[in-house]
Formats: sequence, C-alpha cells, structure tokens
Amino acid sequence: MLELPDEPALIPYFVAGYPSVESTPDAIEAFGEGGADVVEVGLPFSEPIADGPTIQNAITRALQNGMTPDVYFDKIGEADVDIPLVCMTYYNLIMKRGVDKFVRDCKSVGIEGIIVPDLPVDESDALYEACEEHGVSLVFIVAPTTTDDRLERIMERVSGFVYVQARLGTTGARDDVSGATYDVLRRVEGYDVPKAVGFGVSKGEHAREIVRGGADAVVAGSVFVEGMEDGIEEIGQKARELKQGALEGGQEAPKSDESNV
Amino acid sequence: MSKGKFEGYGGQYVPEAIMPAIDELEEAYEEYLNDDGFLNELDAKLRDYGGRPTAFYHAPQLSERVGTKVYLKRDELLHGGAHKLNNALGQVLLAKKMGKERIIAETGAGQHGTATAMASAALNMDCEVYMGAKDMERQRPNVFRMRLMGATVTPVETGSATLKDAINETMRDWATNVEDTHYVIGSVVGPHPFPAMVRDFQSVIGREIREQSMEAEGRLPDSIVACAGGGSNTMGAFYEFIDDEEVELHAVEAGGSSLETDDERAPNSASLNIGDDGVLHGARTKILQNDEGQILESHSLSAGLDYSGVGPELAALVDEGRVKPATADDDEAMNAFQILSEDEGIIPALEPSHAVAHVLREGDSLGDYVVINLCGRGDKDLETAMESIGMDMDVGFGEGA
Repeated sequence: MLELPDEPALIPYFVAGYPSVESTPDAIEAFGEGGADVVEVGLPFSEPIADGPTIQNAITRALQNGMTPDVYFDKIGEADVDIPLVCMTYYNLIMKRGVDKFVRDCKSVGIEGIIVPDLPVDESDALYEACEEHGVSLVFIVAPTTTDDRLERIMERVSGFVYVQARLGTTGARDDVSGATYDVLRRVEGYDVPKAVGFGVSKGEHAREIVRGGADAVVAGSVFVEGMEDGIEEIGQKARELKQGALEGGQEAPKSDESNV
Repeated sequence: MSKGKFEGYGGQYVPEAIMPAIDELEEAYEEYLNDDGFLNELDAKLRDYGGRPTAFYHAPQLSERVGTKVYLKRDELLHGGAHKLNNALGQVLLAKKMGKERIIAETGAGQHGTATAMASAALNMDCEVYMGAKDMERQRPNVFRMRLMGATVTPVETGSATLKDAINETMRDWATNVEDTHYVIGSVVGPHPFPAMVRDFQSVIGREIREQSMEAEGRLPDSIVACAGGGSNTMGAFYEFIDDEEVELHAVEAGGSSLETDDERAPNSASLNIGDDGVLHGARTKILQNDEGQILESHSLSAGLDYSGVGPELAALVDEGRVKPATADDDEAMNAFQILSEDEGIIPALEPSHAVAHVLREGDSLGDYVVINLCGRGDKDLETAMESIGMDMDVGFGEGA
C-alpha cells in the first residue's frame, strides 16, 4: 500500500512514452533525484476526457511512439528508484487487460497506487476489490462539486491519499491557486488520509500556498510535461522548486495536523 | 451503487466533478418525465414548432422493387430535417426547468448540433456546439446553419477530429462549466441517465409508428429497420415494440469500406457487429477497440454513423437476441441513396440510406410488411453524393454534345 512521508510531499506526473518510450524509466529516476516522494506515471489512453491540451498532446505522441500497457509495465520495471509509483489511467485499459491482472501487474513493478479519473466511486467495486486483495491503494479524486454524501462514500474506499481537484475543468498548468482549493481542503480535513492537491499546480509558490492551506502533498503534471518536450533534463530542477515550496509551506502551516498521523 | 445498467452495459464512468450534475439531471429527468405540465409543453413544441406527428408513407415503387410492402416513417420531415429535434427540444426544455443558462452539445454530421441550435434558439438559451474539424469540412452547410441560428460552433482538432473527439471536448467543457451548463448529448450514449433519457425523448417515433401502422394496415409491421450509429433513431423507433415479439427489429450499422480492423483503425462503424465490451464516453457498451483497449478510429461515408461506440441498451438488446444487427457498406448506402431518390422522389440522408440498403438486400425475408425509419433527409449529403456519383448523372442528355 502507498504511504506518503511525514513531510510535505511532491507527486509529479508525466505520461509514459513521452517524449519517448526509452526516456520513461529515466524520467522516473530524474524525478526521484529531484526530490519527488511518489511518481505518478500516466498510462496513455486514446480518449483522455479529464486532461487538458498539454497532456492530451503528450498522450497522442506517446501512443504514436508505441506505448502500450505491456511496454508500460516493462519500462517501469526498468526504473531504479526507491520511491513508490502510482499509475494513472482510464478505465477501459484496466477492463480490457482484466481488472485483477492489471492490479497484479502494477504490484509486480512497484506501482502501489492507482488513480482512474473516469471511474467514480459508484463504479469502483471490481477495481476496489482487486486493489484490496493485492495490497494496492486506490486513490480517488474529490472535486469542488463533490457533495457531502458522495464525499462520505469516497472516503470509505480511498487509500494512499485523496486527490483534491483544485478547480473544475481539466488538467493544465495555471498561474494561480484556485480559491476552491481551500474550500475542498476544509471539507476533507477531518478525514484520516493524506490530502494531495492537483489540477493547475505549476510553481514553487503554488506548492507553498497549498501546503500552508492544509495539504499534505502537491501533484503537478502539465508543467513537467511541458518541460519534457525537449528532453527530461529540466524536470529535476522544476521538481526541486516545487518540493522546496512544499517544505516551506509546511514550516509555515499551523501545526495541528492530527489527521496526518 | 452503480446505476442505469442494461444487462451490465451502461453505468456512469465519468470524472467525479461531473457526477453531482449527473445526479441532479437524473432527479430532474425522473421528476419531469412524469410531469403532465412538462410533457404537454414538450408535445406542443414538437407539434407546433417541430411538425409532429411526421408522415407514415407507403412507398409504392420501392415496395415493388423489393417485393414486399415498405412504409417509410418520415422523420426526415421533422423541423431541421432529422429526428434529432425530438431529443434536443426535450433536453433543452429540461435544462431550462433546471435553471441552467448555457447549452453545449457535440455533433457528428451536424444534425444534432443543428437541432440543438434550433431548440436553443426556440427556447432562448445560449448554445455552443463542438464539432470535429474533419466533420466540419464534410458538413459545411450544417456548420453554417448552426451559426445562422446563433450557436457558436467550435472546431475540435484533436484525435481523429470526428464525433468521438467532439464528445471528449464537450465533456471537458462540461467538467469545467458544470454548474450553469447542460450538456445535450445527441444519442443514446454517455453516462446514465442519458441513454434512457434520450431514448424516452426519441420514442415518440415508435409510438407514432404503432398508431399509424394500425391505422394504415390494421396491424403491426413484420420488421422495423433503422440505421444505428450511436442509436438514437434506432432506440426511438424500437423501444415501443420491445415486447411485441412478432415485430423483428433490425439495426443496420455502417459497414464502411470493410469489416476488417487493424491496430488503429476500423474502416467501419459496426460496433454492434464486431465490437466488444468496453467503456467509452461514460458507459460500458460494445466498442471498436484494439487488443490493448485503445479506441479505434471508425469510418463511414456518413458522418452521423461514424462512431466507435453504440448505445448500451442497444448493445444489451443485441446480446439478448431481440435486436438483429446488420451492416450496409458505403457503396450499398450510396446506391440506396440514389434508388430511393429516383423511386420515390425522397432524398434520404446517408445514415438511413444504410437502412434502405438493408431492405433492398434482404427483400421479402423481412416479411410482408416492413417499416424503415427514415430519420434524416439528404440535402446535407449532396456534396458527398456529387463526389461519389459524379455530376455526369446527366450523361444520357449530354452524349455527343
């Protein structure tokens, strides 16, 4: 099962197979060296309805590069890192491979959590059972529109961390931190699971504000994917900036975090 | 907890951000579909604005050619030239009752977009339509029609730039603007409650067929034949007859240029015939996909059938054996397009031309009395037809000149 560290965590996301299939394990290692605590590795699906233009484009390119679920597990297996990995993908790829086999394959290459943006808790029975059986965390997204009764149901099944969607819409780097972030964080603060905020995070300053606002981790994707266009050299530095921001935010946050223990 | 299942198909596979809006929609749909005030208002609009009921026509020359009695359910006479207005008016009226301020829709052939633009204008709502860039090229008159009626038409360049990509983009808009926006899905696809709701709004077609059939022939038809892309005209025509086991129901998909697929493309749109179990656009259904679960790019001469999925209820009805799946390829459809035009002076859209082609091929094996759901008119397809047939149809006059 997935565990976040005690200090404010950085969870970068990128699309496996972009910019190339071969760079996939290198990118994971570069994130690790840049201070990432978990790496979220996207398995590209042809219809990414939750993603904005940056990640859509990377997914298209990754598929053209020949990224498939088999290649994905192979390449991830080649990465030499000690930090846990999380798989983010859409449900059809999981169903097609077979839910149980998909989860086993994840476990076998060091993937300890799964996020499926088009699988609401209502449809999660099969994946939840397989994850429980194989000791893999199932991460759910909580949106600004999530109602209280839905929040209850999501929190009954979530593990590893809860992914707080900072704003409505799709993934993509933004210039500011959405006000909705703090509303959602307040609504989940009573639950005993780490809170990771994503959707629009692109700067160290964002990470700092978000952690100061009560988050245990920040997720950033599009900003890294943009930086990977010409190679993976730049991502370590961006990771360090975001991690540093998160750590600073942690020092400034009011220390009342029983929920974090 | 999961809702809206048809023998395991259907459900709600959408981002969490949209789920509350879908729950809200489901509640509103259940409330208003049993509300006489709403239903009367919708019926009046369909009658006075749309022109319902549409005609039920015995096609004499076609019947003679086929060797069996053929009637056409003439939903191509509905305002806008296709059956799509039945659903668009219903959903836009519902959205208005729910207090939404903005309407968004995807469109393939442009028929649903046109119907949504019409319904939005008629009910005074803002409307934005997403359309694949490739489809915009194929269906320029419809793009212009939508714009004339005040809708914003936004091209979608991603993926194959066709219907499925337009749906993706409309879902992204909805996930962003869900609080004040209603997404009018154009077919019996998508997450629950859309497949059931769109079917209910379209099933006026089947109710009219029953009444008109009893009036004209004193009995129900032996077969009802409808084309199937997403399947809204199909379910609209069939739903009323599901329990009338003596009425055969034939869903004719686009066979395109071939039923063979490779790793990226299906040169057809035959998900009921050759697709398998998967999740696309919010529902579990039969889809065109490769061994890894990536969605294949579909193809059909007719943009309105060009889709990699199909309504979940239709998929279930095929598995149960109640609906018989069939295909007609591009050439057969184009041939049927010409035959119906010549025989009856009715130019069908390329979509129902597939249904006509099936009847031409199967003839009296469909029984003594067959109804074709003529769900759209062919004006929008004239450019495609001219390219395919050639302007030299008048060769008989021009010879030697």
